[in-house]
Amino acid sequence: MALLLEQLLNGLQLGVMLFLLAAGLTLVFGIMGVINLAHGSLYMVGAFAAAWVAAQTGSALLALLAGLAAAALVGMAVELVVLRRLYARDHLDQVLATFGLILFFNQGAILLFGRQPLFVDIPEPLRGAVEIIPGVPYPAYRLAILAVGLLVAAGLYWLIRHTRTGMLVRAGATHREMVRALGVDVRRLYTLVFGLGALLAGLAGLMAGPIFSVQVGMGEQILIMTFVVVVIGGIGSVRGALVGALLVGLSDTLMRAYLPALLRGAMQGPDADALAAGLASMGVYLLMALVLLLRPRGLFPAHG
Amino acid sequence: MIERRTLLRVAGAAAMAPLLARPALSQSGAALKIGMITTLSGPGGYLGQDIRDAFLLAMEMEGGRLGGTPVQLLVEDDALRPGQGKQIAERFLRNEKIRLMTGVVFSNVLGAVVPDVLDADGIYVSPNASPSTFAGRECHRNFWSIAWQNDGLHESAGQAANDLGFRRMFILAPNYQAGKDAITGFRRLYKGEVVGEVYTRLDQTDYAAEMAQIRAARPDAVYQFHPGGLGIAFLKQYVQAGLSATTPMVLASPSMDSTTLAAVGEAALGINVTAQWNSDFDNPASRRFVEAFTARYNRVPTYYAQQGYDTALAIGAALKGTGGRVDDLDAFRRAMQPAAFDSPRGRFAFGPNQHPVQDWYLLKVERGADGKPALVTKGKVLENHGDAYAAQCRI
Repeated sequence: MALLLEQLLNGLQLGVMLFLLAAGLTLVFGIMGVINLAHGSLYMVGAFAAAWVAAQTGSALLALLAGLAAAALVGMAVELVVLRRLYARDHLDQVLATFGLILFFNQGAILLFGRQPLFVDIPEPLRGAVEIIPGVPYPAYRLAILAVGLLVAAGLYWLIRHTRTGMLVRAGATHREMVRALGVDVRRLYTLVFGLGALLAGLAGLMAGPIFSVQVGMGEQILIMTFVVVVIGGIGSVRGALVGALLVGLSDTLMRAYLPALLRGAMQGPDADALAAGLASMGVYLLMALVLLLRPRGLFPAHG
Repeated sequence: MIERRTLLRVAGAAAMAPLLARPALSQSGAALKIGMITTLSGPGGYLGQDIRDAFLLAMEMEGGRLGGTPVQLLVEDDALRPGQGKQIAERFLRNEKIRLMTGVVFSNVLGAVVPDVLDADGIYVSPNASPSTFAGRECHRNFWSIAWQNDGLHESAGQAANDLGFRRMFILAPNYQAGKDAITGFRRLYKGEVVGEVYTRLDQTDYAAEMAQIRAARPDAVYQFHPGGLGIAFLKQYVQAGLSATTPMVLASPSMDSTTLAAVGEAALGINVTAQWNSDFDNPASRRFVEAFTARYNRVPTYYAQQGYDTALAIGAALKGTGGRVDDLDAFRRAMQPAAFDSPRGRFAFGPNQHPVQDWYLLKVERGADGKPALVTKGKVLENHGDAYAAQCRI
């Protein structure tokens, strides 16, 4: 029972991590209609900036600020310099350009930091484990990620539901042309939304630093899962991104944890392990296929 | 890429410059070209970099020669793409007329490069990847492995787990060919009970589910094979889950080199690693290599650097025997087989399938003299260890 609770917690934690990335991606796609493959690069920028500042100053707070600022600024710069020219273009052009950005950012990171992965330590107060379930020490840092993720989700809800900017964002996602016709400065809104998405990606990246490996190409590893989340949740919907991310996080973790044992009850040991490993890697994609079968526009489609 | 190659040519020429003053060379004609196809870009790029740098170092230490023959090293990056490696090999064979090649880091690239080289009656000397395909029934007269047959890494880890008295092991590897080979290799010599066997995903970054499974299984120790960035993430999360305090870990060398160590930091303390060589080996050849490498490149050589260095020495020994000729394949083989070079590893011989027969050592991550974690050699795990496929090889 304790093990199941721990695995559920693990799933939720992976879920909120994916949510931070998916929220930005889904907003950018929903509002501007741009498929941004370089979203993972912004995640990497946040991780590298925070890792570098942490190594130079030893301060976790400065690292946090640096990671957020770097990701948001780079994101807005990318929007101003590259993406702005692509809104009217075909999706294929956007994919091509943002794929080019991935190569650009990866090579840039190699030039600046080299190929060796960077070392990042957990900030002092969050080291160690907390026994929230009796007998199961759970890393405090992972609990912190969970808390930050849920806070961000609540903050985004407030921002989108209860502020003027949020109203424009919602309107932009559902009735883009109308917002423009009403005289809203859409360009500024776009830059702002892109910056916000980049900020969240940077936050995910800098929080991932101490548990994953901070290295060139780290963004691409997690980007595919993020796209799955966006598709499941419904493109353009932040609520969908949250539900999708938690679904993907939980199902991925639980399948990895329990499929081998389940299959071992039915068949030979090594075969069961091999099959379970295969099924668990397919798991989230099967989930996506299932969702698309029942709700072709995702769970919470934003566009009417 | 072109720039890099030009640079290396310049570097090679610079290394040979003092020789040009000697009249002997002007009579012996053009240098022998050796082609190096290796991985220099991407997360695995530092492996190829170390192999290349150590190979060049061996050439420099002999004044631009190997075994008395002036050589020129042409380096190209395969970017970990088998197709790209194959194209480079074809270009080397056809345009540059190179008969002797080396350098490939990853087994999947090797699979694309080597058949072309061997079909064209070329010689391939592998400084790293040596999958079972070239060790057993499909072994080849002109294929030489310098590092190890891949399974050796994991067999030695299995033996180390026996020696350390671990009766119940939990083992993990990514779900791809090298991961499956790792599990098979480990099980081959491990005599205790495997209480859990888990295949992870190659694109996985979060291992929380696996950590919980390990904790629930309560093994004596964990063996895991996660090369590069995967291993760094795995180790960090292992420590954060509080497992490192209760459950020791046994690793094969690719999961814990000095680069990984720098990225993991303190978390690595206490981990057991098996390898064929370590930078603290106390023999004259090893001291000479480590000193020269550190002085030249200002970093501690990894296992890959040592393998690249041995590759150059082995080729040098063969060239010495043939007087610098590579066109007589039988003569080259006869000169190569005795492995007449002074390896920093100590004992080194070629088995019947032209793969190494060597000793394996147990290393442990401990705090070094400077307070930073370092790999310290603890003792021998296997002696004169060949591979399980040699018996199937008929050369």
